[in-house]
Amino acid sequence: MTTEDKPKEFASLDEAIDWQTHSHLSRIFNKQSFWVFVAAVIACAVLASVTDTFATQQNLFNVTRNFAFVAIVALGMTVVIISGGIDLSVGSTLCLSAMVLAILMNAGNPLWLSALAAIAAALLVGLVNGLLIAYLRIPPFVVTLGMLSLARSAAMVLSNNKMVFQFGPDEKLLFWLGGGSSFGIAHPVIALVLLALLTGFMLKWTRWGTHVFAIGSNERAAGLTGINVLGLKVSVYMCSAFFAGVAGVLEAGWLGGVTTNLGQSMELSVIAASVIGGANLMGGAGTVFGSVVGAALIEVIRNSLILLGISTFWQGAFVGSFIILAVAFDRLRALRDESR
Amino acid sequence: MTVLRLEWISKRFGAIQALEEVSLSLDAGEVLGLMGDNGAGKSTLVKIIAGNYRPSGGRIYIGGAQKDFHHPIEARESGIEIVYQDLALCDNLTAATNVFLGRELTRSFGPFRIMDYASMNAVAAKLFKELKSETRPKDFVKDMSGGQRQAVAIARTRLASAKIVLMDEPTAAISVRQVAEVLNLIRELKRQQIAVILISHRMPDVFAVADRITVLRRGRKVADKPVSETTPEEITGLITGAIQAA
Repeated sequence: MTTEDKPKEFASLDEAIDWQTHSHLSRIFNKQSFWVFVAAVIACAVLASVTDTFATQQNLFNVTRNFAFVAIVALGMTVVIISGGIDLSVGSTLCLSAMVLAILMNAGNPLWLSALAAIAAALLVGLVNGLLIAYLRIPPFVVTLGMLSLARSAAMVLSNNKMVFQFGPDEKLLFWLGGGSSFGIAHPVIALVLLALLTGFMLKWTRWGTHVFAIGSNERAAGLTGINVLGLKVSVYMCSAFFAGVAGVLEAGWLGGVTTNLGQSMELSVIAASVIGGANLMGGAGTVFGSVVGAALIEVIRNSLILLGISTFWQGAFVGSFIILAVAFDRLRALRDESR
Repeated sequence: MTVLRLEWISKRFGAIQALEEVSLSLDAGEVLGLMGDNGAGKSTLVKIIAGNYRPSGGRIYIGGAQKDFHHPIEARESGIEIVYQDLALCDNLTAATNVFLGRELTRSFGPFRIMDYASMNAVAAKLFKELKSETRPKDFVKDMSGGQRQAVAIARTRLASAKIVLMDEPTAAISVRQVAEVLNLIRELKRQQIAVILISHRMPDVFAVADRITVLRRGRKVADKPVSETTPEEITGLITGAIQAA
């Protein structure tokens, strides 16, 4: 940090302006996502050495595929959290998307049409969230909490709360899309990599991404520069709903059946993944890499509980503690910065 | 050359007369200290110039043309920029990104328009150099000193090539060393023929950089004098009402 450096004398103003404060290496070490990545690698290494089941190809395939769904939804959640909001409705949105897909395919519609309709349903949820949050200024926590209940209820009404497990003429295609693999990599993982690259690109290299960071840090200032804050907020919640919708389509194909329980309490894992990866619940900070690594760490821990023969009931305790720990570290760092 | 002229500006809020027939003129490269007690009408006057409020009566001329602002954006398009008291910066972005926020430079990348960080950093570095401030374009605002933050906020007005810069209490909440830095920034603006209206409670700062001081009391202009013809004691008297008018 600048304040730590001794006052430096410069030969000229140019030199002072060009002077680099941080080396690239120190910048990496300062990132929470880096340390979470290290933790995940260590966890994998320990598991690989103490169990002979972890490092098998089949188990690794399962682990990567399992975390892909949480990670895909976490990409959208990270964008929302960076903008200073929160989206509790992602699990229900995922369920609604999967259910719309299942019902349409069950009725004999092709996969592409059903998937489009599913994602459109998810986007509609995001649009409603965004409009209520931006234009009526209802806190995101309240709107999306209400939507958590509303969207799942809609899925129940649509399906009459029945499980759908027959997907019409395109059934094989759907199962291949969500449950198959190419080049030995599960399709949801390939989707995750593509969507993560897309999100990272959008956040770093577009004006939209810069503005998302800006409203998360100082909404009033962003508005004063002429940024369309209200429209931006709507787009952020639609982005989150879009990722939940895509994950819903893929997960329907993987599971081979859709129930109205799908994605229940998923928002917790998703928020945990984002926050563990360095997203700040106060807004203004978060990374794509961090949220993917955060999701991976959660899945590795979950997997290790199973492999080590520990009751999976402990899983919630781990995820919950991780959220609190990640935020606590963030607070400690903020306190340290203030006291300097 | 007169860049801003106000004629008989009045503003009523219901039964309250916030401003009463205030006239004012400002030349290019002139620094005007706008002083007055809380509630004297300083903020109201600045908000009228910046297009936040419409006056109940009177006329505004920018560069000789009469203007009737309905929105702050119209004022900005006429070359009026404000540096807000809290600076309105985003801590989590770099200095250059803050300077360009809302009007980012982009370049083509296949079918997309992507952020042109290299050009933005280069232009920001040039602006900081013009302001003689040791502010680095790629540094995050959260790591910056108060003076550097002011430089970022002021560089933003330079980017828009503003003719008139309104500064609301720029030295109210920063350290003594940084005050000197901010006063130097104001002198740089003056040297570049930009007119500055400096709202401040801090008498020494106003006397250090202003060419002229206007005092408002209860919505009326009670004094408008060159700095060389007045003293801090007289201005204090005018602000409090111990001296009726000068």
